Amino acid sequence: MKKNCENAMKAEFPSLSQNEALARALVSSFVMQLNPTVSELADIKCAVSEAVTNCIVHAYRDTVGTVYLSLKSYSDRSVKIEIKDRGCGIEDIASAMQPMFTTDREGERSGLGFTVMESFCDKLRVTSKPKKGTKVTLTKSLSRLCAN
Amino acid sequence: MDFENGSVKLTLDGETLWAHIRGEIDHHSAKSIREAIDTLLASSAPEALILELSGVTFMDSSGLGLVLGRYTKATEAGIAFSVTGATERITKMFDMAGLDRIIDYKERNTSK
Repeated sequence: MKKNCENAMKAEFPSLSQNEALARALVSSFVMQLNPTVSELADIKCAVSEAVTNCIVHAYRDTVGTVYLSLKSYSDRSVKIEIKDRGCGIEDIASAMQPMFTTDREGERSGLGFTVMESFCDKLRVTSKPKKGTKVTLTKSLSRLCAN
Repeated sequence: MDFENGSVKLTLDGETLWAHIRGEIDHHSAKSIREAIDTLLASSAPEALILELSGVTFMDSSGLGLVLGRYTKATEAGIAFSVTGATERITKMFDMAGLDRIIDYKERNTSK
């Protein structure tokens, strides 16, 4: 069955660490319109936080660039979230997605960002070009609304 | 000897250093929490470090890094390390990361 996009939102902000909370707040406000469960909302916030942190810590390391956030909700109660940067890109996506992989040991990164995104969303897609940037697409299907 | 900022309250109770963490733990907040704990850990040289997490409302993998980092620092210095007050959500994160193999966070203690 074809699903229709029912709502959409775009935002962009500088890759400053204080904007990690801003990104979570924006996504929460958007998803709240679909009446998610507490657990679903927490999963989405966590996955978005990981993707935005990757932009700040890795893509724009030692610089400030723009983080692009795009949200869409569909008639089948799925939500698609894109987080994009124009930073350094990822040379080897398969290695970067391995649990515990990190290039930032000094910052005590756990290397579990992509693992969290994969665990807390239904679908994770990562595309990247070195020196061009990275796009992370998260898809989460929300449970059916219960009639009161 | 106590210390408090917006994200962490540190209390030295005898030979035990309690770190009561509250609010959101992300990459932005983790740095100041880490620095506060490590500073008092070095200056007070306690026998035990306890992270008390009941006031944490959000945690991503930066929180995992914070906990693992303190675990490593404490155990390398011969300081007993434990975590208490982990909410259901935090427990889910810890379980996903396999922290149960090295840290007992499911036993609830009485916090100071």
